[in-house]
Amino acid sequence: MGAPLFVNMEETISIILFGIGFTMLLLHRNLIKKIMGMNIMDTAVYLFLAVKGYINGRMVPIVVDGIQDVSAYINPVPSGLVLTGIVVSVSTTALMLALTIRLYERYGSLDLDEILIRMKEEERP
Amino acid sequence: MSFVQNFPFFSIIIAMFSGIISSVLDAKKARNLSLAAIMVTTGMSAAVLVFCLRTGESYTYMMGHFPAPWGNEIRAGVLEGLTAFFFGVVMLLSVVGGLDHTAKDVEKTKQNLFFIMIDLMLSSLLALIYTNDLFTAYVFVEINTIAGCGLIMIRQIGRSLLAAIRYMIMSQLGSGLFLIGLSLLYDVTGHLLMSPAKEAVAGIEAAGIYALPMLVIVAVISVGLAIKSGLYPFHSWIPDTYGYATPTASAILSGLVSKGYIFLLIKIFYRVLGRENVVASQIVNVLFMFGLAGMMLGSVHAIMQKDTRRMIAYSSVAQIGYIYMGIGLGTTAGMVAAVFHIFTHSATKALLFISAVGLYEVSDDKKDFRSLRGAGYRNPLAGIGFSVGSLSMVGFPMLAGFISKLLFATSALQSPHKMLPTVIALAISTILNAVYFLRLVITLYSIPEKGLEKPLDNGSKEKPPIHSSWKLRLAVLSFILLNLFLGLYSQPIVGAIENGLAMFA
Repeated sequence: MGAPLFVNMEETISIILFGIGFTMLLLHRNLIKKIMGMNIMDTAVYLFLAVKGYINGRMVPIVVDGIQDVSAYINPVPSGLVLTGIVVSVSTTALMLALTIRLYERYGSLDLDEILIRMKEEERP
Repeated sequence: MSFVQNFPFFSIIIAMFSGIISSVLDAKKARNLSLAAIMVTTGMSAAVLVFCLRTGESYTYMMGHFPAPWGNEIRAGVLEGLTAFFFGVVMLLSVVGGLDHTAKDVEKTKQNLFFIMIDLMLSSLLALIYTNDLFTAYVFVEINTIAGCGLIMIRQIGRSLLAAIRYMIMSQLGSGLFLIGLSLLYDVTGHLLMSPAKEAVAGIEAAGIYALPMLVIVAVISVGLAIKSGLYPFHSWIPDTYGYATPTASAILSGLVSKGYIFLLIKIFYRVLGRENVVASQIVNVLFMFGLAGMMLGSVHAIMQKDTRRMIAYSSVAQIGYIYMGIGLGTTAGMVAAVFHIFTHSATKALLFISAVGLYEVSDDKKDFRSLRGAGYRNPLAGIGFSVGSLSMVGFPMLAGFISKLLFATSALQSPHKMLPTVIALAISTILNAVYFLRLVITLYSIPEKGLEKPLDNGSKEKPPIHSSWKLRLAVLSFILLNLFLGLYSQPIVGAIENGLAMFA
């Protein structure tokens, strides 16, 4: 049971990281920590993709010394996916942080429950 | 190759570029550009639909001229054309109906940003419908989320900011799961294009390997998209999001955005994972159970709301439950019913949100039951629109909701183990729907209490009676006609859905 987990250590770690990030994003009350959790979750997926795309003993898929043989290079697609994913996660992080700043300016707190309480107090006539 | 075959690509690009151009235009030009873009893309989708119906087959469109296993592809068939056309119509009417409120709710200098979000939303919805590539689907899912978040937060009150961040958090959970599902699928199959991936999945199933990873993939992708579309236990963001956004945004978010994800899920089930494999993996039963729970508990929550807009929002939770119940039946008939309910719900819920706005206008912008007494007399067309929408949700014959309930019930008869729970849940949910919708309709047409009548009367004497703008009335009228059309002329649409689902396989 345990052996495959050690052979595929990187994948195991990335899935554990994914779980940590997911739980943080779901359960943490502090908005900044939620955003951190989101980044951990996304990065875990990129680690997973990068590990899966790497083939032991092969090179980066850039032709420099004229070797045209496919078997000399790793699969470039997962690296491309990672790059695209990073762009997406940067933009969502920026949006979340901007929202957090707005909420902090308005309610003076980063705690989601605290914000909810203050908002209800504000609405009470 | 016919010229019409370029249209799916054109419509995505037109929508996206009108968004980019809008960033340097002023509010009015951005608005006109946005409306023009929606009209043009809707016309193109109609052309694609007619083309596919005429040729009787779907086609794939190569992007960037790299052949199949490497390049990116767009795929269009009857169902894609129909959905894109329908979404375009609903979007156009929602934008037109809410224009005045958009102008009021959104800061003057930021109005062009609102239309950028509308354009981006349109292009991402079209891309979700047409794409044949899984990673492209992920990217557009994220664009859709960001545009949706923009639409919520553009009304800058505290409530909508909080709603926006909750929406982002839940959406990011869903996207994360979807992304890891895609990565796992890519590792197992080696393809991101749907058609080669499906061949690889069939090979894996035949060889009997990777049973556990495939189960995990199906589960993670389904749950990820279910969170994003607001299936019952993950619905916590829905009421705030739909309840406090500007009316156009509410109508678009509840009518179209969640449906885009469901459409993508159906497409992945059919075109990548294979419907038989998904049914065999029992994941559909989980979706079925959550769907049933959503149908009933969503309605119970809706009954408990005092704010009518939140009530309509909670009713969305119940209706999303219906759709997942249809998917969960696991039969083709159930899937047809689910797709038909996607159309029904987007037409009806947009009608409810837009006509409710007309009623709030004549009730001092108050949204509770008490203030809305007699509002049906003060704004007759909005009252009729709301009543039609409510009756359609309850399942009154001649209206769209009746046809989808009929389809759900008949499709349940074909799956013996799920027949009884489906029919019972349908019955209970219909009664609950009737309880809260008809209560509001009766309130709308009851004469205001004596104490309340005075201030409203005085108000109307001092200032001229408020008339909704022609835009809102036009939108309400068109939505009513759309509902009647779906209800009375359902057979060709159901036929087209069946045809389109057959093309998926």
